[in-house]
Amino acid sequence: MSTLVLTLRRPAGRPGALGLGISTLWLSVIVLLPLAAVVVRSTDGGLQAFWDAATSRQAIAALRFTIGVSLVATLINVVTGTLIAWVLVRDRFRGKRLVNALIDLPFALPTIVAGLTLLALYGPTSPVGIDVAFTQFAVLLALLFVTLPFVIRSVQPVLMELDREMEEAALSLGASNLTVFGRIILPNLVPAILGGAALAFARAVGEFGSIVLISGNIPFDTQVASMFIFKQIESDNPIGAASISVVLLILSLLILFGIRALGRWGARHDR
Amino acid sequence: MTVDRPWRIGLRTVALGYLALLLIIPIGVVFYRTFEHGLGAVYDAVTTPAAISAFWLTITVTAIAVPLNTIFGILCALALARGRFRGKAILDTIIDIPFAVSPVVVGLALILVYGRGGWLGDLPFQVIFSVPGIVLATIFISVPFVVREVTPVLKEIGDDQEQAASTLGAGDWQTFWRITLPSIRWGVAYGVVLSVARCIGEFGAVSVVSGKVAGETETLTLLVEKRFQNFDIAGAYAASALLAFIALATLLAMTLINPRRDNE
Repeated sequence: MSTLVLTLRRPAGRPGALGLGISTLWLSVIVLLPLAAVVVRSTDGGLQAFWDAATSRQAIAALRFTIGVSLVATLINVVTGTLIAWVLVRDRFRGKRLVNALIDLPFALPTIVAGLTLLALYGPTSPVGIDVAFTQFAVLLALLFVTLPFVIRSVQPVLMELDREMEEAALSLGASNLTVFGRIILPNLVPAILGGAALAFARAVGEFGSIVLISGNIPFDTQVASMFIFKQIESDNPIGAASISVVLLILSLLILFGIRALGRWGARHDR
Repeated sequence: MTVDRPWRIGLRTVALGYLALLLIIPIGVVFYRTFEHGLGAVYDAVTTPAAISAFWLTITVTAIAVPLNTIFGILCALALARGRFRGKAILDTIIDIPFAVSPVVVGLALILVYGRGGWLGDLPFQVIFSVPGIVLATIFISVPFVVREVTPVLKEIGDDQEQAASTLGAGDWQTFWRITLPSIRWGVAYGVVLSVARCIGEFGAVSVVSGKVAGETETLTLLVEKRFQNFDIAGAYAASALLAFIALATLLAMTLINPRRDNE
């Protein structure tokens, strides 16, 4: 049977080659050409100018804060995301389907609306009197909002597939809930948690829309890298903006490759 | 349930409390603030000439970007799922770049190509601070969605039916329209819904390249920002509520498509 299929299999036909050609062309024009322009033109003013722009005190401060706050947001997501995924898979309560659907809201809601939304509750006109606007905590809050779904949506399907018998066996042998979670559930979830966390981190590092209104963009305090780049473009310094963009771009690509490596590692360890 | 009842209730409370504080209550407050002065005020705020023009610009840009990326997405998914060629892993990685790159960098990249002094800065028509720039930015950020939704479906269904069809004499187009497309349609639909939501909601990249001329290059999300900066808070809330309704409709569509997609 397999030999029959093999003989029937055509070599990559015309539409396949055409599709590949069109795809490559599209990606080149839409994605690669602009990104190449950022990399190449970042040195328009010479390597020294590139280096000065990328290592200016304000740029470094913005990058450091961006990476720091993104790490904190990612760590919080690892805990809350795993917890929420567990509750959505293993718990039963009224309105669970609604809650499950709402998890994707941060994906669907425009980021500028997300920022405005957080500002409505945690800003100067807060109905509960909590005003964190223009603080580093506000930036963290915005990042937590927009990255909420990543870990949850990554962990949920793995948790659903997980064999319950092992857990039940461990419990019947006298293991506590914590032991079962730490020894049986968690090890199975690690690849999914890390994958979701990497996506959340990548998203947080580049985030802009949800931060614009709530951060106040205070240099050396609440200014994130994307806001710094935006300000450089506004003050008609696109080449300087390109320099720090290259740093951000390299970071994004590293995360992307990390996610791919993680995916392969998870696939090998899972089954 | 393998977990004791008090544990379960405790974990549930923490999880739902976190979601309430971060997601549900803030959205509730925005809707309350929007409609506290009555429907009339909201209607007035979303039917000003600037708002109507922003709405139509957003729709137009989405209507250009989504179909193009859907065609690209299906072609690319076919290449990734069925093709065997060198550089497949690279192609696969490039597709994810728009997910990872900051939208501001996307906007800057377009300025460096199409702006004053850019690589293609001398085109006969204006791109930056004009509608073509907004369209290009929106296409960039919505590239991955259809590809990412369709590729796994194509891998899952395999190519047995396609091969059977071509053995029986069907042409490539016929096979695609009669066999492949019907079996991936819900995957495509899901990708399209995600793309539409992303296109309508895009802010960062568009904000860099648009120039923000009211009535000309201002999209809905830019209108929200401008109104807020101009202390027209009620107007900003009204436009936000409109966008939030679109987001909720997106969620509804996702929830409806999901089970069908799983059954494919």
